[in-house]
Amino acid sequence: MTETVASPRTQQDSTLEHSKIRVSADEVAAYDHSGRQPVLLGFFIAVVWLLVGTVLGDISSFKFDRPDLLSEQAYLTFGRIRPAHLNVMVYGWASTAMFSISLWLMPRLCRTRLRWATAATAGILIWTLGLAVGTVLLIAGYSDGLEWLELDGQWADPLLVAGAALVGASIWRTLAARRVHHLYVSVWYVAASYPWFLIIFIAGNLPIYQGVESAAVNWFYAHNALGLWLTTINLGLIYYLLPKIIGRPIYSYWLSLVGFWGLALFYALNGMHHLIGGPLPSWMIATSITASIMMIIPVVAVGINQHMTVVGRFGAMRYSPALTLAVIAAMSYTAVSLQGILTALVSVNRITHFTHWTIAHSHLGLYMFVTLSLFGGMYYILPRVLKKEWPSTRLVRAHILLVGGGMILYVVALGIGGVLQGLSLLAPSEGFEVSVTSTRPWLLMRSVAAVIISAGHIVFAYHAYLLAFTHRGSLTRQPPFFELKPVLVKKRAP
Amino acid sequence: MTRLLVLIMGAMATVIFALVVLVILPKSMLSQLQAPPQLKPPSEQELAGRSLYISNGCIYCHTQQVRDPSFTADISKGLGSRPSVPEDYIHDKPHLLGTMRTGPDLFNVGARLPDRNWHLLHLYQPRALVPWSIMPAFPFLFRHKPKADPGDKVLEVPKPFAPGNGVVVVSEEAEALVDYLISLRHDYPAPSNEDQKEVQP
Ligand code: HEC
Ligand code: HEM
Ligand code: HEM
Repeated sequence: MTETVASPRTQQDSTLEHSKIRVSADEVAAYDHSGRQPVLLGFFIAVVWLLVGTVLGDISSFKFDRPDLLSEQAYLTFGRIRPAHLNVMVYGWASTAMFSISLWLMPRLCRTRLRWATAATAGILIWTLGLAVGTVLLIAGYSDGLEWLELDGQWADPLLVAGAALVGASIWRTLAARRVHHLYVSVWYVAASYPWFLIIFIAGNLPIYQGVESAAVNWFYAHNALGLWLTTINLGLIYYLLPKIIGRPIYSYWLSLVGFWGLALFYALNGMHHLIGGPLPSWMIATSITASIMMIIPVVAVGINQHMTVVGRFGAMRYSPALTLAVIAAMSYTAVSLQGILTALVSVNRITHFTHWTIAHSHLGLYMFVTLSLFGGMYYILPRVLKKEWPSTRLVRAHILLVGGGMILYVVALGIGGVLQGLSLLAPSEGFEVSVTSTRPWLLMRSVAAVIISAGHIVFAYHAYLLAFTHRGSLTRQPPFFELKPVLVKKRAP
Repeated sequence: MTRLLVLIMGAMATVIFALVVLVILPKSMLSQLQAPPQLKPPSEQELAGRSLYISNGCIYCHTQQVRDPSFTADISKGLGSRPSVPEDYIHDKPHLLGTMRTGPDLFNVGARLPDRNWHLLHLYQPRALVPWSIMPAFPFLFRHKPKADPGDKVLEVPKPFAPGNGVVVVSEEAEALVDYLISLRHDYPAPSNEDQKEVQP
């Protein structure tokens, strides 16, 4: 394996700087090794949360088809299982995996070993403890009552803040000790996300808001948790994986800059588009709708930049599940953002607000973009940290087909169901009943999708177990992807 | 970019700017709101019901907001007589505006459905009253006893939904939640016309 990437001389920008650097395989292995403990711990915890969140998501979904399923006990009621699903998936699965990804990316991009790795490990453990306490309290009926901020302000939130701060400290300490001059675009996204997250999470949890202010801060937080935390770290990861696996630099440095600063400026102002038509001063909502429309600039910039980086080399996807997933995730980012911009327009929002269209949008974003990008990252990172290859290409293929196919069904079904629901809620002659009955077949289809996706998660967790805890992977003697084996198709490329 | 300072200062500037525009500024502007005289502060009992509304996640299926009639059907569908305004929420902590209408809006449910017994049975088993309902049943807000003790309020449950033996007794929690639901009525006129929201762009 050679980590050297030759790049054309015409790209006069910082991406070139970075890829010009000749790094020996041993040196890179030393960087990977420096963060081994927190990275592996984070991925392990993330996969456990993924399985927990899957069960909670499945139960929530089945309850729409059978409302009397598991309704005897308070802790199994829909109104507790569903927020538990959200919190476990967002703070357990996605965020913990994102900690590991950041901790793995930074040493490589700064060309130095990870600093304060023990603090990072402690941070991940404290975060996990906070989330576990918060989730148990939530299920037991202690909720702060704000969507995305349900976790108990007294027992859970301080632990989450401390955990994220410790991981962030390790990231920034490593950055301060960097041995490169230029900051690669992934560094911008990853490093900025930690202070962003801490600011918005603390602002969102202060118990000083009342009435509609409490709604404003609720959605200020929730939207930025998506835009300045979940989105940014995953864009950073995709910006790393695409050029790295394909072996050529990012298409344009300027587009990277526009994408990053445009996102920082406009995304932060987006929050009130969750309250369109709501009882807030109308200038607030108008500001957010305007900022949502302006998001077209960073979204298109990132989309073009990433597309042009890969274009002509899509064939390489056959050999690398990480590349396949990163490419699908990058495309989904463009798709979900365009869908979101559309949804923020009053003429569309009057139909789709309050409906399952929003749930389709959520999962297009949090699954097809965030979760697939995280899977891609794990396919790439785990073999390099563990120094063994994923044992089975069949399991990789099964996993990608199950989760990809299942999620397409999920999003399409709820997209259609949501529009039908919205049209019926607007139709003057139709009672509320129609909006329920016309959505039910689509909700049932979502439950079918839920089963397919869950199967995919089990396959992935089993495969990760085989990789980490058995010797199956070490039979493959070569370094990762040394032997070019098509992963997603049976035949070799000519 | 080569400088950490540019990165950190720039990143902080954008998010703090948004924080000022969307949180700090509105907080100071909204602090001058006056509660409308007809809007009573919630009683102990209603607050207890409100916290059950939160802990049982009614918010994930029900909104509490009426939007402008110029671009929605909220008013023509009988959810209220006027769009909701910031003053209506002055006692709400935290807000319960909601984002899903899997079930109907509840901003004026107290005016629409003032019958306690309807609500109690509906919470015990929605399908006993509304066959097509997909609302969860909340049997854990009731006690199932072999026979009623003196002072117990027994819930009349129609045949297919009644337990095989014994009686269903209404708990204090169910009473509090129903009190809260019935208190949800905002049928007084909006405090001042300036607050009536214009149409969004
Ligand atoms: C899974 C979604 C869901 C949850 C959770 C839910 N509901 Fe409902 N709710 C519905 C649906 C659907 C209807 C319409 C059918 C019906 O009346 O049962 C409804 C109707 C109602 C109505 C009658 C409104 C009207 O105008 O007819 C009230 C009152 C109500 N719900 C209160 C509650 C309370 C209180 C809770 C929490 C303890 C709750 N709901 C939780 C879905 C839900
Ligand atoms: C097994 C796969 C999954 C299934 C079956 C599933 C199912 C569900 C269901 C049934 C809901 C409630 C919808 C409603 O209230 O109408 C929901 C909401 C949600 N899920 Fe999932 N989910 C899955 C995976 C994920 C993942 C991986 C994430 C995040 C990383 C996620 C994030 C969310 C969020 C944020 C919401 C709230 C959406 C909103 O309020 O608009 N889900 N999911
Ligand atoms: C420019 C980009 C985007 C815009 C303009 C946008 C717009 C919107 C709007 C208007 C809503 C509210 C829908 C409603 O309640 O009626 C929404 C909800 C949501 N969006 Fe986006 N979106 C964008 C990108 C994304 C991305 C990238 C993700 C995922 C990473 C995402 C995840 C979500 C989620 C989870 C919700 C549901 C929140 C909730 O109700 O709990 N969005 N979006």
